[in-house]
Amino acid sequence: MRISSFFYTIGQGFKNLGRNKWYTLASIATITACLFLFGLFYSIIKNFEHVVKTAEEGVSVTVFFNEGITEEQILVVKSDLEKRAEVREVVYVSADEAWEGFKTDYLGEYADGFTENPLADSANLQIYLNDVSMQEALVTYIESIDVVREVNRSEVTATTLSGLNLLIAYVSAGIIVVLLLVSVFLISNTVTMGISVRKDEINIMKYIGATDFFVRAPFVVEGILIGLIGSAIPLVIIYFVYNHVITYVASKFTMLSSLLDFLPVETLYHTLIPISLCIGIGIGFFGSFITVRKHLHV
Amino acid sequence: MERGYKKRRPGRQIPSDEVITMENVTKAYSTGAPALNGVTLHIKRGEFVFIVGDSGSGKSTLIKLLLRELVPTDGEITVLGYNLKRIKHSKIPKFRRNLGIVFQDFRLLKDRNVYENVAFAQRIIQTPNREIKRNVPSILATVNLAGKYKSKINQLSGGEQQRVALARALVNKPTILLADEPTGNLDPNNSWEIMKLMEQINENGTTVIVVTHNREIVNAMKKRVITMKKGVIIEDEEEGMYIDED
Ligand SMILES: Nc1ncnc2c1ncn2[C@@H]1O[C@H](COP(=O)(O)OP(=O)(O)OP(=O)(O)O)[C@@H](O)[C@H]1O
Ligand SMILES: [Mg+2]
Repeated sequence: MRISSFFYTIGQGFKNLGRNKWYTLASIATITACLFLFGLFYSIIKNFEHVVKTAEEGVSVTVFFNEGITEEQILVVKSDLEKRAEVREVVYVSADEAWEGFKTDYLGEYADGFTENPLADSANLQIYLNDVSMQEALVTYIESIDVVREVNRSEVTATTLSGLNLLIAYVSAGIIVVLLLVSVFLISNTVTMGISVRKDEINIMKYIGATDFFVRAPFVVEGILIGLIGSAIPLVIIYFVYNHVITYVASKFTMLSSLLDFLPVETLYHTLIPISLCIGIGIGFFGSFITVRKHLHV
Repeated sequence: MERGYKKRRPGRQIPSDEVITMENVTKAYSTGAPALNGVTLHIKRGEFVFIVGDSGSGKSTLIKLLLRELVPTDGEITVLGYNLKRIKHSKIPKFRRNLGIVFQDFRLLKDRNVYENVAFAQRIIQTPNREIKRNVPSILATVNLAGKYKSKINQLSGGEQQRVALARALVNKPTILLADEPTGNLDPNNSWEIMKLMEQINENGTTVIVVTHNREIVNAMKKRVITMKKGVIIEDEEEGMYIDED
């Protein structure tokens, strides 16, 4: 394709936008709504994940061993566990360290009465996970190791957190899918309108010897432009709303701020921009492409 | 540009100066009697041909077959070496670039000016801008519209509009010009002007085929006249006359 033809096609795509304004606006509005919701849920989920991640990092599984086990044996189990994918970190706590920790936490100066370590058998491994949902499987595995006496875990937090996360993800995915379908439908209608408005022109083009590609391309460009505008608008809106909300929450609920550690908008947009643009342009392209294939038999 | 004549079917050879060949062509629409019924027709490069006949005799159908807007029900059509019954869909645009087409109702783009309407034809076949800027004024001068290039279509008279349509059909330098009742909406003076322009184009080498009901012009111009009736050719004469219905 020649450069001048390329620009002509792009130019025609822009003109198409103006030719049936109301349909164009409706299409852009739907994509905007769709991607706004997407961006909203995405921000919530990402922040939620962030909170969960932070919480999860504190969640550990503690493994106690049978009496009389040697430190070497425990270290063998440790290196064994470290090889597993879901395990982020394994910390070895010796009996003496356990006792020291207990003394400082609970006894203070009353600890002086003890001459021997009463927690002689309490050497343990603290396991930190990458992914809390894998905890159950890991615990089952550890319990099957014969030198293990007891496994302590924080089950409740782990399952609730991942369950809630999933629920939000499913609900938002459902709404977004519906909106995506509506967007494709509206874009298809817009392009169909455009084609019918320009039926004469398309006929002339065919008589003169325009290729299928040349006849169809402006309509696909139109669809892509709608998608592009429809994804840019919510990105701009969410950017300002998000920044506003996190500064507001941080200033009004200072005691919450240690708990709710928001992701900076830049981190969020690092992934949200490409995803939104891909979805917007993607449905714009898809909606117009299937329509020209259906209605423009050149 | 044109294909060699290698793929012709056995039997009659198409002479190399023949641009349109119809052999026993029948076209039946889904309803009614066939619009064309066993038409055989040969047109040579550089000819000027009138096609006349009653309303409904199949003239427009014949033109549409030559454009490959319609496919024949039966028979063979070869235009400029393209077998129109077997031509691949993707080859149709390339084939049509050899044709210039003019209709009774002009079919101009009303939201664009004269220049843009003609340039449009060049854009579609992806002519470089530089050439468009050279070709369009030159062809507008040929049809005596050089001064009106900026005018909006609805500010033009019928004759002027048809001259724009003619310029658009000619700007891509077609080998064959097809015109379906080009003067059907015009008064006698404008009709003559259009016909004279087409004669001039023909003198420069373009094959011209004109469907018309204009008896006076046909009789005055002394060209080949093909007369149709009920889907068949009943008369085909050099320097022919418009045959009156009894
Ligand atoms: N799309 C169509 N479907 C069905 N029948 C058609 C169609 N187009 C034309 N016909 C019929 O085919 C016959 C020939 O039509 P055609 O348009 O070729 O006539 P014509 O010679 O161009 O007439 P006119 O001088 O009025 O333009 C007519 O009987 C017409 O009714
Ligand atoms: Mg007709």
